[in-house]
Amino acid sequence: MISVLAATTGNTPLAFIELGVVAIGLALLARLADRLGIPPVPLYLLAGLAVGDGGFVTFDVSEDFISRASDIGVLLLLLTLGLEYTGDELKAGLRSGAVTGIADAVLNFLPGFACGLLLGWEVVAAILLGGATWVSSSGVVSKLINDFDWMANRETPAVLNLLVIEDLAMAVYLPVVGALVAKQAFGPTALSVLGALCAVAVILALALRFGDHLSRALSGGSDEALLLSVFGLTLLVGGLAEQVHVSAAIGAFLVGLALSGPVQHRAGALVAPLRDLFAATFFLFFSFQLLPSDLVSVAWPALALTVVAVATKFLTARLATKRIGVGQRGQRRAGAALAARGEFSIVIASLGARLVDGGDLSSVSAAFVLVTAIVSPLLAKFVDRPSRSSARAGSER
Amino acid sequence: MRKITEVQLPGVGVRYEFTSARGERIAVVAHRGGRQDLSLYDRHDADTCRTILELDSDDAATLASILGVPQVAASASAMQRVEGLALDWVTVTQGSTAAGSTIAEGGYRSRTGTSIVAILRDQQTIPAPGPDLVIEAGDVAVAVGTPEGLAQLRSLLAS
Repeated sequence: MISVLAATTGNTPLAFIELGVVAIGLALLARLADRLGIPPVPLYLLAGLAVGDGGFVTFDVSEDFISRASDIGVLLLLLTLGLEYTGDELKAGLRSGAVTGIADAVLNFLPGFACGLLLGWEVVAAILLGGATWVSSSGVVSKLINDFDWMANRETPAVLNLLVIEDLAMAVYLPVVGALVAKQAFGPTALSVLGALCAVAVILALALRFGDHLSRALSGGSDEALLLSVFGLTLLVGGLAEQVHVSAAIGAFLVGLALSGPVQHRAGALVAPLRDLFAATFFLFFSFQLLPSDLVSVAWPALALTVVAVATKFLTARLATKRIGVGQRGQRRAGAALAARGEFSIVIASLGARLVDGGDLSSVSAAFVLVTAIVSPLLAKFVDRPSRSSARAGSER
Repeated sequence: MRKITEVQLPGVGVRYEFTSARGERIAVVAHRGGRQDLSLYDRHDADTCRTILELDSDDAATLASILGVPQVAASASAMQRVEGLALDWVTVTQGSTAAGSTIAEGGYRSRTGTSIVAILRDQQTIPAPGPDLVIEAGDVAVAVGTPEGLAQLRSLLAS
């Protein structure tokens, strides 16, 4: 790391000081978020606004390093997304939840997509904003469920199943948008989308078929060896995927999917701290590139989008939970949990950073995530107040 | 035994639940990492439940063995009431030929007519051990059979 810094900046002590200040700042924000009961992502984004271009402070020396670290953050976020569920869970989710999964996709993709078109963006940017409004943040949702003690609740399996399906859907969505962003003209686009899908299908098939072998090969050594092999494999596959114009993020996601069995959980636990470190840098760097004035100028569309997209998640939750006999209160809880968008919305928006409308896309997505990630825990608290009929039963905690 | 409903929680683990004799709905969320949460549903609002206990894997094993012991003892004393049937606790001695081999390999049922209904090991109860269970020195085998059969079993396990 030292040599990397020295090579890129020539000023190691200053770089250390800058990085140290950044890390301590992020640590304080993480503690504050914990205190407030909200996810840390919105605070990281705000911090990025404050220190980045047009903010109060700028970092010259360490920006290269932070930029590289943020790229690694994206890879690790998607690796852990892939690691989250076992192959059996994915198969079961697909079997039992395809209908609600499609409803989820349609209801929550459309608001973002329509908003992009209404703002006069190119179609690709609108598709990316649709993706950003579509995916709930599995991290925030599961933390909410844990914090509010909803794990044994009736609606929870339906909520978790939706997350599984979104996870699977990303395996199709990401390569498609990756190809769309890479190529603009129609003919080659259709081809490259097809190519990307084929590549993913092949890797996915290989992963499901030979994932066991890979997992067994990795499971032998120490934690240290496992961490290094998974990290190395993620960067390697990510790099190779980027070489063939499938985004590096997708490569990392597939590595996560390929790992199974005990090694999956071990790797997940080992990578988590590393992911938190690099992902924090990613959120910071993402909003580094935004001007506070950009965010203000998209405030109204972003707010309107938030209202609609929170409402559509509530509707999705209602559809998904009513089928399994959950009452109104449980339906509302599921909606509040699923309304949280977070890390993956930002990851999706960052894929379009180089588009003509990329700047606006980033601003709207950042504002959208800022509001939903803060509003969702508040909504969760609000909807779970005991109704008058059940207050008697002493269900407070 | 009550009917246990099992619900998969993707990414988390499994939820088991049953309704108690008093009509209370009780759930156990078994997390992948070994943590187990014991929850109780609100009697008036079936959608709401409250976690009463958060147990790590050792806590859960301890609680299970405490709850399990009276069960073994109860079924044992029920059996003792059957005419001509006896129940005995046999400790597997150090250096016994039985130690290190499975229950099937020992052929205890065919040789003595007795059944090993539980193994007590390290303060844990292994109820209804399968034929593949490897008996270890220091285990206490809870066996049911005729008094003569049990005497034969004792000589097999403690020699």
